[in-house]
Amino acid sequence: MTQLNEFAHSFVAHALPKTPTGIDGFDDLTLGGLPSGRPSLFCGAAGCGKTLFAMTFLVNGAVRFGEHGVFMSFEERAPDLAANVVSLGYDVERLVAEKKLIIDHVHIERAEIEEIGEYDLEGLFVRLGHAIDTVGAKRVVLDTIEALFSGFADTTILRAELRRLFAWLKDRGVTAIITGERGDGQLTRYGIEEYVSDCVILLDNRVQEQVSTRRLRVVKYRGSAHGTNEYPFLIDDEGVSVLPITSAGLSHAVSPEPVPTGVAGLDQMLGLGGYYRGSSVLISGLAGTGKSTFGASFADAACERGERCLYFAFEESPDQVMRNMLSVGIDLKRHVAAGMLRFEAARPSLYGFEMHLARMNRDIERFEPSILVVDPISAFRGPSAEIHATLIRLADICKTKGITTLFTSLSGSKEMMTESERSVSSLMDTWVSLTDVEANGERNRVLYLLKSRGMNHSNQLREFRLTNDGVILIDAYIGPEGVMTGSARLAQEARERDAGVARQQETERLRRELARKRAATERQIAELRAAIEVEEAEIAMLIEQEENRETVLGADREAIATKRGAIR
Amino acid sequence: MMDENDQPEVDFTEDPTLEHNLRLYVAGQTPKSLGAIANLKRICEEHLAGRYTIEVVDLLVTPQLAAGDQIVALPTLVRRLPPPLKRIIGNLADAERVLVGLDIKPKATVTK
Repeated sequence: MTQLNEFAHSFVAHALPKTPTGIDGFDDLTLGGLPSGRPSLFCGAAGCGKTLFAMTFLVNGAVRFGEHGVFMSFEERAPDLAANVVSLGYDVERLVAEKKLIIDHVHIERAEIEEIGEYDLEGLFVRLGHAIDTVGAKRVVLDTIEALFSGFADTTILRAELRRLFAWLKDRGVTAIITGERGDGQLTRYGIEEYVSDCVILLDNRVQEQVSTRRLRVVKYRGSAHGTNEYPFLIDDEGVSVLPITSAGLSHAVSPEPVPTGVAGLDQMLGLGGYYRGSSVLISGLAGTGKSTFGASFADAACERGERCLYFAFEESPDQVMRNMLSVGIDLKRHVAAGMLRFEAARPSLYGFEMHLARMNRDIERFEPSILVVDPISAFRGPSAEIHATLIRLADICKTKGITTLFTSLSGSKEMMTESERSVSSLMDTWVSLTDVEANGERNRVLYLLKSRGMNHSNQLREFRLTNDGVILIDAYIGPEGVMTGSARLAQEARERDAGVARQQETERLRRELARKRAATERQIAELRAAIEVEEAEIAMLIEQEENRETVLGADREAIATKRGAIR
Repeated sequence: MMDENDQPEVDFTEDPTLEHNLRLYVAGQTPKSLGAIANLKRICEEHLAGRYTIEVVDLLVTPQLAAGDQIVALPTLVRRLPPPLKRIIGNLADAERVLVGLDIKPKATVTK
């Protein structure tokens, strides 16, 4: 939309003056509203919201833009008209009392009128002119002027007069809405689009697969750029709003900042400490694997940080979600009470996709959340192309606004991707797959990151448990027999522990053996040493005896020589 | 054209004392307006002499009266009395049909 607006601004200098309708989205797609001072034609089949559109244009004019209006009704009486729009929150009677609005009911009963000779519709001009002058009207609605065709026999006169009427409206400088009933092969039953050639809007209420969607298209807007697609629009207790979903393109700014997931273990697995801000996250899984719990954890963490979170619940009522989440220690009620969290719950079958998107877009614009949880997208049933188109637009809206969006999706079975999953897989920046492992008479939950763009994320399968303190991730045992979870994992861990103890004992034994051997060896060494010492001692003694004997022998010889007298 | 033949039979043994109160709406002094006024006066003089009143309302002067009588086309002749209320639009050029429209003549006599 911003792009459209920028585009519009570049033309502002020589653009047509426009009159805002005050209808959300409509002014965006027509780049300002209806052409000022010109008649515009709103056509469509019965019950497509022409009258409400026109009335909204007048009421907004009177209340918000200070432009008074005249509603000339050819079908409904004034009190009926006023009563019909009370449900939209419009107090038409008060506006009439304040002279901001005039409702003139033109009643033509063909049976009461005889046509004799020439006539014209000057009476209508006089009435309209008088009403415009009375309240100083800038806006006029003629609903549905084609009713005149059933009131008068001479259509030649009628056509000429209508042509004159539209020219006259232009001269008066009022911005007019003329409504027309859709005809066969042409926009209106009597082809009055021929005369109102400046701006033609087509309204449509189509029923597809038993779900009706209101759509609007700008067929023609002379002298102005405009959105050319069919846009869904809503009529509810907040009035009329159009959803001009232009594809946001792929030019949105990205943030390197992580948003914590609310599950500590998952933050770790993502490497970065969370999802990227403004990214789209898909949590897919089988029934009962805890998808909503991941969504709620994410929402809880966001609210805890002081960020606003919008939660679209398509399967459970808000109260049910809050009660269930309490069982895993997530208290969402306090966030709702604090205004940080808002639930919007609706059955998917309540509206068509377009309508859901319109509603979601409006809620996003009003609440301005930084976190969005859509739980679950698999609740949408229908042609995959349509689901894809809807989700791609929702994802684009969120990305443009920097909203981190978490979608949950129910998988049909382990092998098959569901229709909605397949169609959105390429849209998602991070995809967490939850699955369960059945073994040994129990079922355990396991998650892994199927993908996470731009992150050095973990490739591991991790078991997780939903505890009283939220989601807790546990290292999964991955061994030769595959992934073991739950008690099998515990048993395996016990076995491993036992084996460890045994190994430790063996080591101890070896260590003791070694010590013993060493001691024995040392003892032997000591013995040998002792033996050698004994031997040494003996040898030393023998040597000493020998030496002594030598000395004694020498002395003996000397004594003998002396005795013989040889020494003097 | 009009499907006169479908209309219920009316008793045309008209009370000659019946007062006719007619109002003719016009806008300004256009040829169509003046023609209608002249035509109406002539018809009334011929057929309702002495027992009719004609009120000409110029909506350019009193536009607020247009909504009250549900005026869309001009000129419009409204028969306020006798009841029921009748409306005839056009410049009243065909006197015979005006008389039928005002229940002064039975429609069987109309030559188409």
